[in-house]
Parts: sequence; C-alpha cells; structure tokens
Amino acid sequence: MDFEILIQNILNALQWGSFYALIALGYTLVYGVLLLINFAHGDIFMVGAYVGFFFAILFTGNSFIQIPFDIPLWLVFILTVVLSMIVTSFVGVTLERVAYRPLRRKGANRLYVVITALMCGLILENANLAFFGASRRMFPELIDKTIYTFGTISISNIKIMVIITAIMAFIILELIIRKTRIGMAMRAISYDRVAVPLMGIPIDRVIVFTFVLGSSMAALAGVLFVTAYPVLEPYMGAIIGWKAFIAAVVGGIGEIRGAFVGGFLLGFIEIFVAAFFPSTFRDLIAFSLLLLLLSMKPTGLFGVSRSTKI
Amino acid sequence: MMHILHKYQYFILYILFSVLMVFSAQQEWINAYIQLVIMYIGINIILSSSLNIVNGYMGEFSCGHAGFIAVGAYVTSVLNVWLFASDRVFGPAILGEYWALTLFPVTLLAGGLIASLVGLLVAIPSFNTRGDYLAIITLAVNYIVKSAIENIQIIGGARGFMGMRKVVNAMQDVWDIPWMMVFILFFTGFTVWIIWRFVSSTYGKGIIAVREDEVAAEIMGVNTRRMKMTAFMLSSGLAGIAGGLFAHVLGYINPGSFTIMKSTEVMVMVYLGGMGSLSGSVISAVLFTVLLELLRPLQVIKWVVIPLMLILLMMFRPEGIMGNRELRDFFPKHDKK
Amino acid sequence: MTKNNESLMSFLQINNLTQRFGGLTAVQDFTFDLQQGVLPGLIGPNGAGKTTIFNIVCGFYHPTIGKITFENQSIVGKRPNKITRLGIARTFQNIRLWSEMSVLDNLCISQHANLGYGLWDAILRTSRYQTKERDVHQTAMNLLEKMNLQDHAQNRPKNLPYGIQRRVEIARALATQPRLLLLDEPAAGMNSKEVEHLIELIAWIRKEFDITIWLIEHDMRVVMNVCERIIVLDFGQIIADGPPESIQNDPKVIKAYLGNIEE
Repeated sequence: MDFEILIQNILNALQWGSFYALIALGYTLVYGVLLLINFAHGDIFMVGAYVGFFFAILFTGNSFIQIPFDIPLWLVFILTVVLSMIVTSFVGVTLERVAYRPLRRKGANRLYVVITALMCGLILENANLAFFGASRRMFPELIDKTIYTFGTISISNIKIMVIITAIMAFIILELIIRKTRIGMAMRAISYDRVAVPLMGIPIDRVIVFTFVLGSSMAALAGVLFVTAYPVLEPYMGAIIGWKAFIAAVVGGIGEIRGAFVGGFLLGFIEIFVAAFFPSTFRDLIAFSLLLLLLSMKPTGLFGVSRSTKI
Repeated sequence: MMHILHKYQYFILYILFSVLMVFSAQQEWINAYIQLVIMYIGINIILSSSLNIVNGYMGEFSCGHAGFIAVGAYVTSVLNVWLFASDRVFGPAILGEYWALTLFPVTLLAGGLIASLVGLLVAIPSFNTRGDYLAIITLAVNYIVKSAIENIQIIGGARGFMGMRKVVNAMQDVWDIPWMMVFILFFTGFTVWIIWRFVSSTYGKGIIAVREDEVAAEIMGVNTRRMKMTAFMLSSGLAGIAGGLFAHVLGYINPGSFTIMKSTEVMVMVYLGGMGSLSGSVISAVLFTVLLELLRPLQVIKWVVIPLMLILLMMFRPEGIMGNRELRDFFPKHDKK
Repeated sequence: MTKNNESLMSFLQINNLTQRFGGLTAVQDFTFDLQQGVLPGLIGPNGAGKTTIFNIVCGFYHPTIGKITFENQSIVGKRPNKITRLGIARTFQNIRLWSEMSVLDNLCISQHANLGYGLWDAILRTSRYQTKERDVHQTAMNLLEKMNLQDHAQNRPKNLPYGIQRRVEIARALATQPRLLLLDEPAAGMNSKEVEHLIELIAWIRKEFDITIWLIEHDMRVVMNVCERIIVLDFGQIIADGPPESIQNDPKVIKAYLGNIEE
C-alpha cells in the first residue's frame, strides 16, 4: 500500500474509531460499576445527536422558536455540545432511576436488568420514530470545514477535533477514575458491591455519577458524529451501539483502557477492511476478526478473568 | 382401546385440531388473514420454544437467534427454488411439481441441519465462555450470517430472494389444500414433541444442571460440553426449520428481516413465557403474535408498547407467565402413582 | 484394612503434586499413596491447600507439576466428568446442589455417567430408554430410602434444612457409583448430634457400598473417630503423615494447627 494512502487510512481509522471509543467508554463505565450491559447506551448516543440537533437549529434560528439575537456559529457549537451532554445525562439518569434502580433494589437477577436495558433502547428508538417521523434530518453546518492537505493526504479540521476530543475524554476519565474519590468509589464498587455501602459510600450517588459520565460521553460522540456526518435517523444508534459494545468487550469490559483501545481497534479494522475489500464485506470481516480475537482471549485484551472458586 | 386413547390423548387432540384448521382454511370458513395469523403463531411457537432450550433451560443469554432463522430460510428457499421452480438465476425447475410436495420436508430439514451446524459457531466458544461474553459471540454470529448473505449476490444479496410462491403453487397443483398450514401445524407439533421429550428425560435435564451449577454438573459426571453442543444445535436447527417455513409463507426473504430486532422479538417471547417452561413458550408465542396483530393499527407505537410491557414484566413478574413450571403442574394426573 | 495385600494395582497414587496460581504456590510437592479401603483424613489450617488437592484430583484444576493415577490410569489432564466415570466422586465445602430441581432429579442427573442411553433414545423413547430411565429412577429412590431421605424426594433443596441438604449432597455423590469418594468438610456447620450421625453415616457408607473414602475435615471428633491415617498440610506442604495417635502428639502439628487436644 502506498505510504500516503496508508496515512490517509490511518487518519480515517482514528476518526472513525474515536466514535466507537467514546461510546465504548460509556458501556464499560456502567459495566464496571453495575455489571450491567446497558444495551440502551447506543440509543443514548442517538438521543445525544438528536438533542444536539434541536439545540443547533434553535440557536441558528431555524426552528419555530425564534431567539431574538444572533449567536456566532462557534458558540452555537459549544452550546450544542454542552447542552446536549447535560440533557442526555438527564435521560441516562432517568433511565437508571426509573428502570434499573427498582430492579436493583429488589435484588433482581442481572439478566432481568439486561433485558430491561434492551427494552429501554427499543423504546427510545421507536418513540423517536413514532413522534418525529422516519424522515432523516440534516444537522446544520456549525463549523467551517477546512481541509488541510499534505500531498495526497487530506484531513479536515473536524476530523482532527474528533480525534483530539476522544483522546482528551479518555485522559479526563482516567484522571477521574484514578485520582478522585468518587473514581475510587467507582472502582471499589466494581470489586465488591456488597461491602461498599457498608463502608459508608453512597452507592446510589456513585451510580448516578457513572451514568452521567457515560451518557455525556455518548452525547459528545453523538454531536461530533452528526457534525462530521450530518444525517440523523432514529436507528442510527442501534448499529453503532452494538458495534461499540462488541469493541468494549473485545477490549475487556470493565476496563477503560480496554474500551478505548477496543473502539480504535474496531475503527481500524473497519477502515482497513473497506480499503482492501468491497464495502459490503466490511461488517462480515470485522465481526469475524472480533470473534476470532474473543475466542483467543475470552476476557478481552485488557480484561481480567474472574475465576470460579469451588 | 380406551387405554390407548388416554395415553395418546394430546397427540390425538392435536391431530383433530390440525385437521379442523386445514379443513376450515380449505373451505374458507376462516379468511386468508386469520390463516396467516395462525401460521405465524405456529412459526413463533417453534422460535420461542427453540430459543427457550438455550436461554431458558440452559440459562445462557443468546441474542442472535435470527442468524439461525436466516440460515434455514435461505437454505430451504434456495434449494426449493432451484429444484422445483423456474427462476431467472437458476433456470428451469430440475424436478417436477410432484417432487416439490414430497421433498419439501426434506429441504426443510436440510435447512435445519445447516442451521444446526452454524449453531456450532456458538456452541464451541460456549465451552469456555459464559454469560456476557457468550452474548457477544451470539450477537457477532448473527451479524456475520446477515452480512454473509448480503454478500452472496447469486441469491440476491441485500436485495433479497424470492420464488417461494412458485414452489407453494407447485405443491398446490398436485393437491389443492393449504400446504403451508399443513406443514406448519406438523412442524410445530414436531418441535414441541422433540423438545418435551428431550427436557423431560434425565439426559436432557443435564442442561438444567448446567444452568444451575455447571461446575457441579461436570464433576457429577455430566458431559457439559456435549450437553451444550446438543442444546445449541437443537435450538438452532429448529430455528432453521422455522426460517424455512417463514420464507415460504412470505414468499420473499431478505437479510434485513434477520437482524437483532428479530432476535429481540424471539427473546421477548421466551422471557414473557417463562425461562425453562415449554408451555410458557407456547402460550407466550400465541399471546405475542395475537398482540402484535391487535396492535397493528398503532403502527410504530406498537414497538414502544411491547418493550414497555416487558419492562413492567421484569419489574413485577420477571419469571414470566409460567415461571419454570409447566401446565402439567397445575393439573396433576390423577392416576400418578 | 487393605483388601488385597498382593494386589499390584495401586488405588490412588499422587506423585510430586505442585500447584501454582500465578505467584502463589498452593500445593508443594504433595506425594500420597491412598490404598483401597483405608480412610485417610486431610487436615490443616485454612488455606493450607486441602480443597485445592481435591480439586486437582477430580479434574477441576490441571496441576502445574505432578502425576496422579487412579487404578493405574493417569487422570491428569482429563475432564472432570471423565474422571467421575472412572469412579471418583466428591462433595463440596459449600453445598452445590441444583436448587431448582427436586432431590430425586439431583440424584438422577448425577447418574449421567451411567445412563446407558443417548439423545435419540430419549427423543424416540425406545425400549432401551424406558428400561434405563426406570433403572435410574429406581437407583435414585433406593439410595434415598437407604439414607432415609425418601420423604424429600420431590422437594427442592433450597427448601430443606441445612443438615438434610448435606445428606442429599452425599447421596448425590454416591449416585455416581464411585469407588473413591472425596468428602470436603462434610461436618461444616453441624451441631453435636448431627456430627454423631455423620460419623455413623460414614461408617455405614463404607460397609454398605464398599467405597474408599478420603476426608477433609476440621472437626476433630470426626477425624479422630473415623480416620485410619491422617495427613497434615500446612502452606501446601505435608508436615505429618501417620496414624491418629502419632499425629495427636506430633509437636509440629500441634504448633501449626491442633493446639492441645483434650478430647
């Protein structure tokens, strides 16, 4: 492969992987603390994108609510991102409060919570479809797209922003987990859920915080995604969500580094497979490779196996 | 004589019921729509009870059942269209109409067989992997099957495959009765029969032991690997048969019908009925199919209502309608020693 | 009390067994020749490696180093269900009955090694299935009757008192028709009366079924009453091996584990 084409693909893979990484981080955070596969997470990503969309058209004066002054586009973008993260966190926390917590209180079998999560995801998707219709929406252009070229390699400022955001999100998360008290509480809960409340740690608050973090990551990914690829549709979260989930597991579910690496790994696999094979083979080969990886290392790249003691 | 009637009572009742159904369809006492719903009920019974083997009795979390349905659907359809119908891609029918009727069960079983072999893709990893990790593998297999089909252009790829209508017509040219109804009634009964025989034997109960405590099962002499293989292959094989039937009722199939959405539908039925209850799976399949039809006017909201119902179920009655009991437990036999 | 003095066939022979888990050495160079019919006890402080040895013998772990033969057949590396088929059964420290199934089913399923029929027989209900299935049920019921548990046949273990569950667990292991039975702390959680019954039960099992039993136990009443040979384990190594009297007075053992026995 030509060196320049290689670099181009690497850059594309980094950008594509950033989305998976951001979403995978959310999965892993919740799993680490609750041992719950939050199957609704991909749809949280979708909610983030749609919420961002509504704020964007509000602030750019394109919705039926008119604001009396003009806001510069870069500010709109920042507002969109921040507000979307906040609102989507609300949605995520509401899910936790209304659907997951009652089951947790009852000490219900994990499986029932997982099924509930799956159902919540379906509700989000289809409620969107029902209330806002099947027509696709176009995300308004908020950022002046500039393309930098080096020889035949081109990269847009949006791509750069996505990659940098993903890396920064990871660093901030790592800092939170390792350096703050609440991060330590999160780690403690993942080791021993029963003992932690007995030690005086407000487990509910930590769980809410985890959902806030995870949902914000997903919302951030959502807004960035529709900035880069401006089409929104109700099922957009489903496929990406499932794939990001697989990426999180391949990386080692419960491990933040695993989710981060797994997300980029999937991005790389997809882009490079598409470079060599017809695009219809992309999913097929990507999943087969992931399956192979999992069968070789069943607990994922960074995962720790929990062995049974008898 | 009475003794025989009593021993085979369920069998005889089912045959009478089936004959009644087919006759009513033939005489058009029940219209085409009702016939379709009945056929869907049959297919859903096969789907939900087959998934119950793995998700209920064996306690795994398989979320990729649609992959096996797809395999059966495509294998049976392609074989049938190739052999019994004239088609743009495959040319004229190789065997005549009469063969369509006699060999339909054979191609259906062939679809089931191939589907059960694909089930090995999940069975073998299950030896060392459980729970969430195995769930991923089932997801991945579902995707891989769907993707693979999309890439095989000769059978239509993403555009889909059709021609099954001609096969059904060929069968009706031999004897004009609603054949799909016949076959569905037969295979539904067959499925329930096989599964019941399996799980009520001490051999089959090994899979329940695997669910309750796999380590203890292994150490008490249960060959857990063989149990897992049997369970997965039986489950996916029956799903494949359901797929073949589904394809011929619809007349057209495409990979888009066999995604996680479809797998989720089947899971809803299993958990609604009760994990590890065969009668539960049957009851919930009936309820679910009817519910889907009743909610049809609501269109998309239907898919908000159904998940909501399942969430409420999880909160207030997670063991489903039947829990892990069977109808039999409510009506104990009087002559039981 | 060895059966055949001239028999060349060893019963259970463990040579140089070492088990490492990452940096931790759980068992170190454990060598032991168990003769058929002798009832040895394996004692030692918690964490000494006793259950680990049982786990290795029944096939749950593969040893880092070492050889184990049972009736002259190597069993290292075999899957646990195969080892059960060769004639070794065990009970667990924490009761591991299948709680959603009846006691009777628990005993039927543990006969999987001797079912005598397969999938097709089960589905087609061949005459082979009918006979064998009846035998399985009969064997299970007989066992329950012998152990005075027949009234609980249809109950689920989770609804039964602890002492009864323990007996069911032993019955289940017996249903696999073993020649060697490993009992892992069967007296755990029992009161004096139950311990007395347990001692009687062990003696009865040896006589009734002609089984060799190997026992891990903390309760010295059981050990001293029942064992003919005691191996003491500390930090994965054997620190003493001999008849009960000599073990009781062994200073090393007293220091590590027993304290002063005034029973």
